[in-house]
Amino acid sequence: MSETTIQAVPPAAPWQPRIVAFFCNWCTYTAADLAGVSRMKYAPNACVIRLMCSGRLDPQFVLAAFARGADGVLLGGCHPGDCHYIEGNYKALRRFHLLKRMLQDLGIQAERLRLEWISAAEGEKVKQVINDMVQKVQRLGPLGLPQKFADWDKEMAELEEEVKADEAAPAVA
Amino acid sequence: MSTSSKPKIAFYWCASCGGCEEAVVDLAEDILGVVEAVDIVFWPVAMDFKYHDVRAMPDKSIVATLLNGAIRSSEQEEMAHLLRRKSQYLIAYGACAHLGGIPGLANQFPREQILQFNYEQAPTLVNESKVRPQTRWLEQDRQGALTSGRPRKGAAAEPGMKDGEALTLPDLRHVVRALDQVVEVDYYIPGCPPTPALTKAAVGALLAGKLPAKGSVLAPDIALCQQCPRVDSKPPDLSLEEFKRPHLTLADAEKCLLAQGLVCLGPATRGGCEAVCIKGNMPCTGCFGPTSRVKDQGAKILSCLASTLAAKEDQPIEKGLAGIPDPVGTFYRYGLPSSLLRRKVDLPLEPQTPANDGGDAPKTVKPL
Repeated sequence: MSETTIQAVPPAAPWQPRIVAFFCNWCTYTAADLAGVSRMKYAPNACVIRLMCSGRLDPQFVLAAFARGADGVLLGGCHPGDCHYIEGNYKALRRFHLLKRMLQDLGIQAERLRLEWISAAEGEKVKQVINDMVQKVQRLGPLGLPQKFADWDKEMAELEEEVKADEAAPAVA
Repeated sequence: MSTSSKPKIAFYWCASCGGCEEAVVDLAEDILGVVEAVDIVFWPVAMDFKYHDVRAMPDKSIVATLLNGAIRSSEQEEMAHLLRRKSQYLIAYGACAHLGGIPGLANQFPREQILQFNYEQAPTLVNESKVRPQTRWLEQDRQGALTSGRPRKGAAAEPGMKDGEALTLPDLRHVVRALDQVVEVDYYIPGCPPTPALTKAAVGALLAGKLPAKGSVLAPDIALCQQCPRVDSKPPDLSLEEFKRPHLTLADAEKCLLAQGLVCLGPATRGGCEAVCIKGNMPCTGCFGPTSRVKDQGAKILSCLASTLAAKEDQPIEKGLAGIPDPVGTFYRYGLPSSLLRRKVDLPLEPQTPANDGGDAPKTVKPL
């Protein structure tokens, strides 16, 4: 073997929080756009998904985000009284309260789900909130649900293999 | 053995209360029609066929197996695999097989806590030496030769073996599962338990060969509200100050229960049950599971109930929600294992290592 071998496996990158951010079209998404256009620098860990209104947030979206590997979920909407659809953000607030309580009962820490009212002019607030949330989730560590699901299902592996072996070569009764 | 031309049917129960077996018996006189039309080849609660009878059957010789109960032990997993192999149709019967059921709420607790309570702490228990069941009799498992009680070729005779097989007890899994999380399921008959009408319709459809697409739930694909006798008193704009707990309020027998502030899961639950609970003046608890358009029933009812609150600020909202002290138990009463998160995510997985009793006590392998 040559002395100078190319390193086949790159060093593992340290874990970075993955945040899924649901932003309402009229306020928070516009604010995030403003942050971008103003060339503000902030943590890149948030993946933004645009909703027409924070009231469109179905709690299934939050649970699915966690189940697929998100470490945190951020919901951004218009300030109370300013919702483009009048009442949507109040619905979001009510759902957020119950969802946060239920998530804690399911073992997901409160800081992983966050709700912020961010108006279209508050690009700076988008930067601050995302930076702050990334920091907090970094301290909590990865949630890692896809890996957890795989670990939970390992207990079935042994029996499954035996069943497969049996079906390939039927056991004597 | 006589070869009957009648289709073969089997029933089996896993982590279950026996209510689904009762539901079959509840067919009352209709059961005679069923018994006439089919040959029941396996039904532990009612008939004396054994596991080896099932193993001896040719694959796919059972037309349909109605399996109820969630999957919690290795024995139940093994029987699910066996009956899958021997059946043309494997039907998840009842909420436990369909969604995980009430036993699924055990996914909120560590396995160790459950074992400790049942073998050490229960008030009526006497077990000073804290004996736990061993899953294997043998002192040592020779290089994994006897993993599930079926010796591999060449495994030598050991104490605790009988007729070439090791004596074992089923392993209690860490996670409660719905049937389709273990094997492929053809159809689901929902309910806790399924109603006699639903059972009769499903068995009838099966025997007539008139089944819908594989994977279907054999109940109407609409929310219960649409079939509820009180639907006319459900206001289009529900706005509640608070939620009331059923034992702390006298429910009006005619008005929509949700409109009275009671937690009713009708909006997020599949219909087909003829609203029997509502007719008994009790709110729906969601046993039929969601419609086909919903992935996570608990999340949907959370969304619906929370948004009906009138409050617009943090404190009044929290006050209004205080009438739901246990969202997981209320919204996922039947469906925790098949929900998006499946289980309380921070529960430990104890490793399966042999316990060390120390001293002269025989070393046990894989104690529960």
